[in-house]
Amino acid sequence: MISLRETMRGGREIEQSRPWPRHVIDHTSWLRAIREISKGQGDMLGLWSDGADVHMLLLDHGSSDIGIISLECPNGSFPSVAHMHPPALRLERAIRDIYGLEADGSSDVRPWLDHGRWGVRHPGAKPEPSEASGDAYAFLAAEGAPLHQIPVGPVHAGIIEPGHFRFSANGEVVVRLEERLGYVHKGIEQLMVDAPIDRAARLAGRVSGDSTVAYALAFANAVEAALEIKVPRRAVYLRALMAELERLANHIGDIGAICNDASFSLMQAHASILRERVLRASRLCFGHRLMMDRIVPGGVVDDLTMEGVVALHALLSGAKKIIPRFIDLYGDTTSIQDRTVGAGFLGPELVKQYACGGVIGRASGRGFDARRTPGYAPYPELSFKVGSAHAGDVDARVWVRFDEIKASFGLIERILDKMPEGPIRIESLPEPSESREGAALIEGFRGDIFVWVRLDASGAVQRCHLRDPSWFQWPLLEAVIEGNIVADFPLCNKSFNCSYSGHDL
Amino acid sequence: MRKFLFQGLLRSPLTEPAPALDEAAVAELAGALEKASRRRLGRSLAIREVDAGSCNGCELEIHALGNAFYDLERFGLRFVASPRHADVLLVTGPVTKNMHEALERTYAATPDPKWVVAVGDCAFDGGVFAGGYACVGAVSEVIPVDLHIRGCPPEPIALLKGLITLVQN
Repeated sequence: MISLRETMRGGREIEQSRPWPRHVIDHTSWLRAIREISKGQGDMLGLWSDGADVHMLLLDHGSSDIGIISLECPNGSFPSVAHMHPPALRLERAIRDIYGLEADGSSDVRPWLDHGRWGVRHPGAKPEPSEASGDAYAFLAAEGAPLHQIPVGPVHAGIIEPGHFRFSANGEVVVRLEERLGYVHKGIEQLMVDAPIDRAARLAGRVSGDSTVAYALAFANAVEAALEIKVPRRAVYLRALMAELERLANHIGDIGAICNDASFSLMQAHASILRERVLRASRLCFGHRLMMDRIVPGGVVDDLTMEGVVALHALLSGAKKIIPRFIDLYGDTTSIQDRTVGAGFLGPELVKQYACGGVIGRASGRGFDARRTPGYAPYPELSFKVGSAHAGDVDARVWVRFDEIKASFGLIERILDKMPEGPIRIESLPEPSESREGAALIEGFRGDIFVWVRLDASGAVQRCHLRDPSWFQWPLLEAVIEGNIVADFPLCNKSFNCSYSGHDL
Repeated sequence: MRKFLFQGLLRSPLTEPAPALDEAAVAELAGALEKASRRRLGRSLAIREVDAGSCNGCELEIHALGNAFYDLERFGLRFVASPRHADVLLVTGPVTKNMHEALERTYAATPDPKWVVAVGDCAFDGGVFAGGYACVGAVSEVIPVDLHIRGCPPEPIALLKGLITLVQN
């Protein structure tokens, strides 16, 4: 029997691919790879196209090796991955919408990102003009006498992003939720085509505003891998500092927002004060509250001053006092626990199958964290704990967030202690003189963000793919809500906090 | 919980003093807020936020307006869940084509008199997303805009300055 690892290393190797090998394999090997991942031999961490080929990012469980396999699609189609491995379904639908490549054997041929509004079909390859009056969309059926439907969105009641949720309910109990996304599709991957590096970096930083640091870092790491350059050590540490500040701000905000969706506004009031303090410290240190455009390929743009270090120590000492009180407040209030314990249960099998990352995966027993596997600088030099739980409910997702907040406190302290001196940016990026490819897997607050980039000989972006962790989390929200009451949906949804913009791209 | 509530009574508030009005906003709004409609609405406005394709950065900062430091509600401004309850639409994003109709319908569902505030650089002219197949660009290409608050994303204090111009002037 040929293992997944051997399949990943078969075929023709593309020599310009860094840091992970990319192999162009044949039809038979593609099918074998699908069979192996559907049996749980490895994780599918990404599925995308550049218009000509389809690519799959795989993690082999046996060896922990990562690799990219590619299949050429001269006839405009490829064997469906979702046919045997359902997590690929929406990715395949998106590939068809953008590039017109068909997934043979797929069980769902409805468009996903294309709502029939662009005035063009397949904008990524051979664009054809079309009507922009909107396509009808057939939601999946839920049949039975007492069932009724509740359509929600795309404009939601709160200050949140747009998307459509179609509930089929039996009285108060949800029997089926179907998501329809794509409303915030901005065509970022096509805007990146032929873009100079600095413009592409700005676009990458705006895929999902709450993860701007993680995306900028992932893009920079991918470009640096392609060009085989190393950034100064001080820049590596400053990047990690920004990434942990972003994680902290988001986790604190999420805990407040989850409690608020169960009408426990006291926690929200205090969490939003702490979040504001983190953003203010970030602004003081790096000149922008969300730290947008601070990480660029080649380094970082702002150095940390002594004043910044003092502000961060002050922030940490305050936050380390208040977080235990938040934990008491959450843990000792039975009325909030009554809502969160047991609500929105997500089992370990689905998490494993979907390679679901971030807090959601870790609250259901999947310990994956890109800072550990594959790992990237400076994390191997810093010790830290990854949050974990097995209960898989809203409550578990709150506790994992608390764990990760505490871990980030420790990380920020160690980063400040070990901060190397020296330059923060290399002077200029080298011109590659041939086409090069790079990739990166970075742990954002929501989970692992994957970026793959192909540069042309002048160093501009030829193709770029950015995969948000939400791709493997949104489908699970549909599973989680089943059997819960409609009124618990906001709570379950907030405990996931998937990105619409990151997913819709 | 008792401790948290008790402390709230004893501590001085975190809320910052009201910022000065933004001159540019005053000038842009001069025509839009006639006396008659102001009399009808008093000093209270209901705001409905519409994300028309933003990266969610603007939403984060709009959210921050509710925290104790900015406390938007002290100015009589509050966020509501339905456009039918709203006086002001706060629109973010480069208006994706997939959100075009939803934005128009939200505007149509908002009763007169109404104002539109476009928040962020994307809402101003499409920002970094301008020129693609999937975005319309400026919010003003879809619905009439009374006030722009620039920034990527605008900081809460800039949002506050712009918004209080709607009720004080």
